[in-house]
Amino acid sequence: MIRRSYRKSLGVGLREILAVSVAVAVCTWGSAVLGEDSCVTCHAALPDALGAPVEAEKAGVHAAAGITCADCHGGDPTDEGPTAMEPEKGFVGKPSHAGTPKFCGRCHSNRAYMRQRKPELSTDQEDTYYTSVHGKRLRQGDERVAVCTSCHGIHGILPVSNAKSPVYPLNVARTCARCHADPAYMAPYKIPTNQFAQYQQSVHAEILFGRRDLSAPTCNDCHGNHGAYPPGATSVAAVCGQCHAVNMDLFVASPHKKAFDQLGLPECVTCHGNHSIQRTSDEMAGTSGVAVCITCHTEGSTGYKGAAEIGKTLSELASLLSEAKQQVSLAERAGMETLDARYLLQEANEALVQSRNLVHSSDPEQVKKAAAEGQKKAATALEDATTAIEEVSKRKRMLAIPLSLIGLLILLLYLKLRQIEGAQRGLAS
Amino acid sequence: MRRVINWFDDRLHISALIDFLSHKSVPTHHHSIWYYFGGVSLLLFVVQIFTGLLLLFYYRPGPDSAFESIQFLMARVPFGWLVRSVHSWGANLMVLAVFIHMFSVFFMKAYRPPNELTWMSGFVLLGLSMAFGFSGYLLPWNELAFFATKVGTDIVGAVPVIGHWILMLLRGGEDVSGTTIGRFFGIHVALLPLFTGAVLFFHLALIQRHGITPPISKVGQPSPSLPFYPNFMIRETMVWLAVIGVLITLSTFLPWELGLKADPFKPAPAGIHPEWYFTFMSQTLKYLPPSILGFEGEQVGIIGFGVAGFLLFLTPLLDWQAKRGNDSRFFTAAGVFALAYVAVLTSLAYLKPY
Repeated sequence: MIRRSYRKSLGVGLREILAVSVAVAVCTWGSAVLGEDSCVTCHAALPDALGAPVEAEKAGVHAAAGITCADCHGGDPTDEGPTAMEPEKGFVGKPSHAGTPKFCGRCHSNRAYMRQRKPELSTDQEDTYYTSVHGKRLRQGDERVAVCTSCHGIHGILPVSNAKSPVYPLNVARTCARCHADPAYMAPYKIPTNQFAQYQQSVHAEILFGRRDLSAPTCNDCHGNHGAYPPGATSVAAVCGQCHAVNMDLFVASPHKKAFDQLGLPECVTCHGNHSIQRTSDEMAGTSGVAVCITCHTEGSTGYKGAAEIGKTLSELASLLSEAKQQVSLAERAGMETLDARYLLQEANEALVQSRNLVHSSDPEQVKKAAAEGQKKAATALEDATTAIEEVSKRKRMLAIPLSLIGLLILLLYLKLRQIEGAQRGLAS
Repeated sequence: MRRVINWFDDRLHISALIDFLSHKSVPTHHHSIWYYFGGVSLLLFVVQIFTGLLLLFYYRPGPDSAFESIQFLMARVPFGWLVRSVHSWGANLMVLAVFIHMFSVFFMKAYRPPNELTWMSGFVLLGLSMAFGFSGYLLPWNELAFFATKVGTDIVGAVPVIGHWILMLLRGGEDVSGTTIGRFFGIHVALLPLFTGAVLFFHLALIQRHGITPPISKVGQPSPSLPFYPNFMIRETMVWLAVIGVLITLSTFLPWELGLKADPFKPAPAGIHPEWYFTFMSQTLKYLPPSILGFEGEQVGIIGFGVAGFLLFLTPLLDWQAKRGNDSRFFTAAGVFALAYVAVLTSLAYLKPY
């Protein structure tokens, strides 16, 4: 019997001792009789944090791949007693926070091992991690930064493709926000904590969460994942250009690239913002109150004139296209066939999109050239629809002719009937 | 002029026909107006044949050509829009006229002896009119028609024992496809017109044989009548002209839309419904529970409609009172119930489509 004072000095209660005793009994029986993994049989009977991993791990990708507790934590799973966890038996126990990347990297950075287990997975996560802000700070002794388990979880790790995984595209922003949106936690780093709130208001979030379109970017698509790093001022276009390739090419070839780099302006972010990026509008280009061009270009300058020209071109095409769309819809509602007009509208719309992209070239002539095509198509569609609507009115007017003829025939027949029936009545009387 | 008429009369004996028609008479009473609907149905059938033939000049059956050919007809062919619109409106008005004609005959108990076969052939003509509508609905190969046909043939497929066989026969495979359009086209322009022509001839011949029947309430009462020629014929012609006027007005002011081309890989759009004259049946099937007394609810509904239709077909043999010249209240009540049921369920389908 362990004395109360001795138990107190060990810091364990009667309950814990009882649980361990039961666990030892169960695991001895389980391992010996059933030949089971002694880690599982013993820990399954333990309470709280010592028992929970057994159940949690079952749902994970590692358990599914046949990786046992001992594969990560070491020890001897055939030994049914506490001796299974002796350092001599390779037991490493729970890795420290700082040691986690290396702990996971024992397998995940081992090319030969991963080639056998999961060849499609890259093996550079650990190396990349140490290039990230997180990894660099960890090496400097900062134990608050994220390590593998901070994002992927510990036991029961799920593949990225699993919707319940914290790193599934729909969950990434919330996972990052667990630290980055916590002002108290982030206070020592003196960086903003409003990125997640801003991102939620953005067009990217609208597409990702609203439409459930997983191709829309979340944190790691711009910042990287294992090598998470804020893009520098001169690499923003390259980051955005992963998706917006045409706009990136136009921007890089434009005079703005050099000017922005010289001024240290963060390329795309300068006009579009970053985390709270909004859907663009034609008013952003030009010289109106909401136009971004006039932030730098003052009235009378060449840039100002060019911006005004671009803004005017875009708004003219957009307004003509909108008018044409309305007219085509009107013709459709009137029952007219508008297939050709619809094709023209589609082409005009493509020209408008192209013109909007060409804004990134900062060349009013290029924008005007593309818009001119759209203007032509939209005008033809508008004309076709107007003709169709006029045709509807004409048909309605023309209907008066057959209806009059029918009315006249009915009248004549009625008169004839009266004449016949009058004669018949006369004959009868 | 007289000599020309005589020349033709010598060869065609038109005067004998006119003499025959002028000796025919039509009873006149408060319900005489319903007599015009048989003629209106006939007129609309003729309009359908005429406009259908014109459509045949341009229509090309097939999943890659049907929609496009109708589109071409409506957009490029002079008065093509009118022909197609008249054909679509005409089909609906024809089914409406046939329904009115059938219910008027039902309530007048004009199916009583010796008109049993006239009623039965008329019932077959109603079925054929609906079959015309069902087969023609798919032919433009638009979204609405495609999915309505899919649902409609699915319902046919739920008929116990022979359902799947009929479904395969109609669709030409498990799904509505290019084969289905070919089959529906053949049924619509060849099989149904031939069969309808024969039944219609039989129906009209029986009417000529037995004459026009007054309502059962007038049996035993002195019944004034009107010579068929020229009095009733002129009146009927006036009604026909008015119907043609309504038909072209509807076709001009509310032209029949073509909609979007059918895409079998797209999900069914919201608000899919069959032609209005099938909606009371599809709506009933919607309200039925999945299982009734251990049988599949939809199958019970289909069998129910089958039995109801068969009883309607046999009405002249079942209505003993009418056979004796008495007005049967039960059959009148059943008719009112059927009419109210069709009206309420059809309205519900349009007011609460989901």
